[in-house]
Order: sequence, then structure tokens, then C-alpha cells
Amino acid sequence: MTDWPILSTVTFLPMVGVLLLVFTRDDTDDGRQNVMIISLITTIITFLLSLFVWYGFDGSSADYQMVEQYYWLGKGVSYHIGVDGLSVMFVVLATFLMPFGVLTSWKAITLHAREYMIAFLVLEVLIVGVFVSMDLVLFYVFFEASLIPMFLIIGVWGGPRRIYASMKFFLYTLAGSVFMLVGILVMYAEVGTTSIPVLLAYKFSPEMQFWLFLAFFLSFAVKVPMWPFHTWLPDAHVEAPTAGSVDLAALLLKFGGYGFLRFSLPMFPLASDYFTPMILTLSVIAIIYASLVALMQTDIKKMIAYSSVAHMGYVTMAIFAVNQQGLHGAIFQMLSHGVISGALFLCVGIVYERTHTRNVNDYGGLVHRMPKYALAFLIFTMANVGLPGTSAFVGEFLATVGVFRVSVWTAFFATTGVVLSAAYMLWLYRRMIFGQAKSPLMQGLVDISFREHCIVWPLIVVTIFFGIYPAPVFDASAATVDRIVTNYHSAIEAVATAAQAAK
Amino acid sequence: MTPELFSQSLQLALPEIILAVGALVLLMMGVFIGEKSNQLISGLSIALLAVVGLLITVSTGNGEAFGGAFIVDPFARFMKVAAIAGSIFALAMSAVQGRAMQLDKIEYPILLVLSTLGMLLLISANDLIAFYLGLELMSLALYVVAAFNRDSLRSTEAGLKYFVLGALSSGMLLYGMSLVYGFTGNTGFQEIATVLSSEPRGLGLVFGMVFMLAGACFKISAVPFHMWTPDVYEGAPTPVTAFFAAGPKIAAMAILIRLTSETFLPLISDWRQIIVFVAIASMMLGSFAAVGQKNIKRLMAYSSIGHMGFALVGLSAGSESGVSGVALYMLIYMMMSFGTFACIMSMRRPDGTYVEEIDELAGLFARKPFMAVVLTAQMFSMAGIPPLAGFFAKYYVFLAAVEAGLFTLAVVGFLTSVVAAYYYLRIVKLMWFDEPKGEFERTPGELRFIFGISGLLITTYILYGGPIGSAADAAARSFF
Repeated sequence: MTDWPILSTVTFLPMVGVLLLVFTRDDTDDGRQNVMIISLITTIITFLLSLFVWYGFDGSSADYQMVEQYYWLGKGVSYHIGVDGLSVMFVVLATFLMPFGVLTSWKAITLHAREYMIAFLVLEVLIVGVFVSMDLVLFYVFFEASLIPMFLIIGVWGGPRRIYASMKFFLYTLAGSVFMLVGILVMYAEVGTTSIPVLLAYKFSPEMQFWLFLAFFLSFAVKVPMWPFHTWLPDAHVEAPTAGSVDLAALLLKFGGYGFLRFSLPMFPLASDYFTPMILTLSVIAIIYASLVALMQTDIKKMIAYSSVAHMGYVTMAIFAVNQQGLHGAIFQMLSHGVISGALFLCVGIVYERTHTRNVNDYGGLVHRMPKYALAFLIFTMANVGLPGTSAFVGEFLATVGVFRVSVWTAFFATTGVVLSAAYMLWLYRRMIFGQAKSPLMQGLVDISFREHCIVWPLIVVTIFFGIYPAPVFDASAATVDRIVTNYHSAIEAVATAAQAAK
Repeated sequence: MTPELFSQSLQLALPEIILAVGALVLLMMGVFIGEKSNQLISGLSIALLAVVGLLITVSTGNGEAFGGAFIVDPFARFMKVAAIAGSIFALAMSAVQGRAMQLDKIEYPILLVLSTLGMLLLISANDLIAFYLGLELMSLALYVVAAFNRDSLRSTEAGLKYFVLGALSSGMLLYGMSLVYGFTGNTGFQEIATVLSSEPRGLGLVFGMVFMLAGACFKISAVPFHMWTPDVYEGAPTPVTAFFAAGPKIAAMAILIRLTSETFLPLISDWRQIIVFVAIASMMLGSFAAVGQKNIKRLMAYSSIGHMGFALVGLSAGSESGVSGVALYMLIYMMMSFGTFACIMSMRRPDGTYVEEIDELAGLFARKPFMAVVLTAQMFSMAGIPPLAGFFAKYYVFLAAVEAGLFTLAVVGFLTSVVAAYYYLRIVKLMWFDEPKGEFERTPGELRFIFGISGLLITTYILYGGPIGSAADAAARSFF
């Protein structure tokens, strides 16, 4: 990879697809077909290009790579992008999941298909942009702009309560992130630039760290979402169309965890240390509370949404353990949850397209009519439970080990979440797949088509492959994780020794 | 005044002189050709404004003219170009649909040109007398155009209301000016500043300053001097409202900046309290009062009150970056508002009647996708969502406030912007999520062109924001 700006290409390539779509008509069946084909090809090419990013990435270095920097707004704010061990895998995850979003919308979206796909491709640009930004303002622009396409996706193509859900989603996240914006302004006023590498090297005073941490925390906690900031998520998930749910669960939620890793830990180590007990507590509450709530849901999507809240609880818990196992666990858990929750929403989408109900009590006996579907859903159910051999096991195991080294009780309570997740997922599986059909809606179901095979099998392969051989992910992130952990502890020790010396 | 000095003064004021002479020539033409020359006069007025705007853009000479009453500096140029651009778009809109709104009289474009001349003089004013003259020239034309549709009760009411309250504010301004003059013995802005920095401040002087700030705040419709805005916005014909929203606010904000950042800079601790209060009150009222509005022009009035509050956040910093932020804010607000009003003008039933209820926009996306997309971009931009221009406007003013240590102001501002986001989103929701209601007439191509430009400007701001930001910085350096 020589001088070619590969990262910018990967980030903005979907805009080419958008341009093509603007000139495509979608008022006929053929037109709609073309819209889908253009989107599919765009997302696949983007994914293939992002593999070059992964391939060209040198995991032994903790530095930013493939860096591009151009004049943008002046005064210390530039167009500055690059990847390091934290972000490279998220870029690949984002581009990897997009083609499935297109495939699942192939038949489901009939109204305004072109606009739907435009919103979808713009969303891809913004998501990848968040992960590659090396400038805080640029990061915020991508971070916040992603609300617009998601708002429209939920609001125009969503379910019956879509308006309430989309408004709540938008205003909730906006309210959270304006605090981050204040934080960004304060940092800029202090340092005079918003370049992330420069800010990482800057030592903020303890008092400033305290306030900045809170400002960033509010934004990321809403995004993750952590208990008690999670209430927008079930609504948004339930009402969003399948592809929207996939993007939301698999990618937008990762902004929060990524933000904690990218900003909170390295930039505000003292405040992070101070707030760790609070975050561990909130995470454990999220795990147990969300699992219990998931247990009692009758709407399948709502159940998976609450399961997402619980699984993201592991992520925040592991991040604030701040040791190698914890951070590796958090990153891996985020990637794995991205694939698995995405896959679960896609599976729900497959049956919803046939039955138009998400009420679990309507289902039953799918194994008789859709055996192949039952198999695929089984694998993802087990993966969501964290069965060894699936990628979720690796993430949850490492996360729990990391926390165990810091707080035994936190690890103890977090583990009950594994049991609870087994309870709600297996119960869901039994009610949906086994037994007898309870509703006339279940008549005449056909098993999954070729298109749907294309959706589920790659995801199954990835889930199991990384469950057995997670090394590629660890190789990419190891050096960066080491540096975060070392810097964090040395910053805290420096303050401790200074306090010691003062006595 | 020696001949050389006089010719130098004329050179500095050349754009204004061209505009004044041009307006008179157009008036003569109109009178001789008669009513049918309306379209011609409109076209020539736009051309005249464009020429003057271009002249100001390319001119580089700085300095004072007419014994210090008139000043040309980068700041004045920046604000003048913004004000002229706003006037051009408002005039273009009236030219397209003037007939339907009974604006097809020859006096109308000429009044707008004269009002624009007043704005230019106001922006360049460097003396209390010049300030008052510029302000009154601008406002008198505005009073007339507000009531221009004289057969409409609402329009005449709007004009009258605006006039009465405007006269009150002029009175306050004059009273303040007389106090300031009495306590400093000078009318020139620099001279007043010199006196202020050398002598201990007197209470009477602060009184004078407060009255002057009140007069200026009336023109930018900041709380608590905002009462006229919703009624005038609603009552005046839509192109006139579009005109109100852009140029006059830019000019009044420019003079407010000049007063605070130059003349009264030594009194910063006194005026900062006032500006901070006015900013917070405007942001809050603009956000909360707009939530319940049903008429889109009233909504835009409250939204403009809120936007002025946001702009004042930058002013309260009293720093170079603050002034730069305000200048940029006004420019971006102009770009957003003319596009929005062009969209509002397109809300026309096939039978030719205009509708202004927000609910009429329901399902617009299904019927007029282009207009819906542009209006959506405007709404998100006004709400301050990146990557649209409105975000960057807010970014710079709040940055200045944070740099000046006004954290509470920044937090309050951002929270009110979340509240404001709600009513902007409500419009987006109507256009995209709801079922279509009535039919709209086909939008004339010229209007589509106008709101298309606005949409393009605010969506691509992210690409050209750097140079514009530097221009605003250069403008702000005029003071510090």
C-alpha cells in the first residue's frame, strides 16, 4: 500500500454508490432490483477494500497507520484519519456487516427503496468515519451525523410506533452528546488543537479530568447504552427495520465502548480510576437487570435488544478493569457481539418477513417447516449464550477474567448474567422453534431461500472461526492495548508517588 | 476637508454611493416607464446589488472616511457581503412570486435597495450620528415593506406594530446616545473608547450604554425586546419576512459587535452581564416558545430569536474568536434562512392560495422529494447537527464562550439547542413520516433554484468551511 489514500477510499466509497442511486429510478420492480444491486456491489467492494486495510496493518506497532492529514477548518482542526489496533477491526466489522443489511432489505423494503439505500450507505460512511477519525471535531461530526440517517431509517421504514421511537432515539443521544461537545471545546481551549494524538500526549489536571470524564461519559453511556441510560434502545430496536436494527446493535452501540477506550481511559486516567467503582456497579446492574427484563419479553426483537444491553455491560465492565485481559476481552466482545446480535436481528428479520409478527407467543414448531432456519438460529442462540467454540465465549471469558483480577464480587455477579442469558435464549428458542404453531400466521412457511443462505452462513462461519481461532484479532490490537494499559497505570502511579513524596 | 481627503472618502464609500445613485436612477426609471416596468426594475435591482457586493468583495482599501464617521475594515466588508447576499435572495424570491403576493409594485425593489443601503451605512458606522442615520434608513424602508400588502389586515397590522415598537427602540437608542455623548463629549466610536479607558466610568455612562444596547437588541430581536418578531414575521408577506430574517439582523448584529468590541470594550464587565442574560433568555424563549407553534412563519420567528441568542453567546466572550464566531454565525444563519423561506413560499395550493400551517407539510417527501430533502437539511442545520453548516456556526460561538470561561452559558446553550432540536425534528417528522395531506402547486423553477442553492451551501459547508472561517477571523482582527 503505497501512497494511495486507502482509508479515505474505504470511508467515502459508499458515496459513489449514493451518487449512482440518485440517478436510479425505483418506481418499478426492475428499478428496485437495480437499486439493491448497486448497493450490494458498493458495500461488497468497500468490504474487500477494507480487507486491504487489515492486511496492510502492522499489528506489532501501537502507532496510527495509513495516516492522512489535510487542511480542513484551520486553527488546529484538520482532516486527520488513521487506524490503530483499536479501530482497525471495527472498520472491518462495519464494512463486513453492510452487505447483509442490503441483502436483508432486498424484499422487505418496497416503499422508497432508493432513499432507504441512500440513507444506509451514508450511514456506512459515517460509521467508518467515526472509527478512523484522528481529530476530535472530525470524530464528533461523524458521531453526531450518524443520527440523521438512523433517525430517518427508523422513522420512515419502521414499525407502528416508529415516530415515538425515532424521536426518542434522536433526542436522547443528542442530549448525551452535547456534553461531549462541551468537553471537546474545553479540551480545545486548553490545548489549542483537537488532534487526538496530541491530546493523548497532553496531561490534563486532575480536576479537569474529572469534568471532562463526566462530559464524555454522558455521551458514551447513552450510546453504549449503560443502565440507566438505556431506555431509548428497546424502542429504537423494536421499531427499526431489520437492517436498521443490525446497524444499531452491531455498530452504533460500539461507538460508546470505542469512545471509552479511545478517549476516557488514555486521556483521563485519574478520573477513570476514580469512577471505576461506579462504572463497574452500573455494568453489573445492566447485566443482571437487562437479562431479567429480557426474560419476560414477548417481543423477540425487544428481547434481543435487552440482551444487547446486558452484553454491552460486559464490555464496559471489562474496559474499566484496565488490564490486558479486560481490554482484549472488551474489544473482542464488541466485535463478537456485533456479529452475533447482527445475526440474531437478521434471523428475526427472516421470519418476520414471512409472518409479520414478532410476538413470541405466535410462533412455535418452526423446526418442522424451516429446519435449516432452525439450525442457523440454534447456532446464533448458542453463540449469544456464550457457548465455548463461539466467538462470544472468548470475549465474555476474557472480560470476566479481567474483572476478576480487579474485583471478585463484580466478576461473581457478572457471571450470573451468563446463566440468565442461557435461560432467556433457550426459552426463546424452545418457544419459537419447538412445539406446535400457535397462530394461523405460521401456515405455509417456506424454509430459507438462497439469498437468506447468503446472509446466515458467512456469519456462522465468522462466529465459529473466531471462537476457535481468535488470534488474528488479538494480533491486531495487542500492541495498542499494551500501550493503553501501561500508560494508564504509569499515570496513576505517578500521581500516587507524587502524593507519597509530598508527605 | 481638503480635496484629497474628500476624494479619498468618496473612494472608500464608493459602493454605497453607487448603490444610492443606482436606487435613485431606478426610481426615476420606474416613474417614467410606469407600473409595467416592475420586472425590469426588480432585475436591475438585483444586478445593482450584485455589482455592489462584488465591488465590496474585491476592494481592499481600509480606513476612515468623512472625518471618522464612516469606517471600512475587513469586518465591515465581511458583514456587508453577507447582508447584500441576503437582500439579493430575498429580492429574487419576491421577483418570482411577487404578483401573487401583491408585491409587484416598482417601489418594492427600490425600497429593499434603500434598506440595504441603510444596512451598509450601519455596518460601516463609526460615529453615533452615522449609526443613527444608517439604522433609520434601514428601518424606515422596512416599516413600509412590512405593510406593503396594504389590502391585507395582517400585513398592515404587522407594519404598524413594527413601526410603533421600532420608534420606541429608536427613542431609547437616542436617549442612550445623548447620555454617552454627554458623559464623554464625543460622538466618534474610537474617541469614546479612548475616554472610557482613561477615565473612571460614571453611572450615567453605563445607563447610556444600556439604552444603546437595548436599541440594538431590538433590531436583532433578542429577548426581552423580541415581542414584535412573531407578529411581524407572520403578518408580513413571506419574501419580506425572508428579507427581515437576513440583512437587517446582520447589520444590527454588526453594529452591536462594533459597539461592544470597540466602543465599550473598556466596560466589558458591565456589558457582558447584559449580553449573557440576553443570550440565555433568547435561547430559552426561542426554544421553548417555538414548540407549540402551528404557523411555520411564527415558528421561524421564534427560531430566529433563539438563533440570535446563540450568536450572542459568541459576543459575550468579548474576544477575537468570539467576534469571528458571531460573524460566521450570521453568515450561516443567512444561508439557512433564505432557503427555508423559499421552501415556505413554495407551500402553495393549486388554486393559488398560500398556506402557512406546519401540518400542511405532512408527507411532503412523497410529493416533492427535492423540496423535502432541502427543507430537511435546513431543519437539521438549524438544530445544529453536523455535518451541516449550522453545527459549525454553533461550534465557533460556543468555543469562544468556553475559551472565555463561560461554561455555564455553554452548557445552558447546548441544552436549549436540544430542546430546539425537538421542534425542528417535528417538521422533519411531518415531511417524512406522515401521510400526505393536500396537494401543492408545482414549484416554479426559480424558487427551486433558490432553495437548491441554500441546500447546497449548507450541506457542502464542510468542504469550504476552512477559507470562510479564515475570512471571519480576518474580519474579527479588525477589533483586536
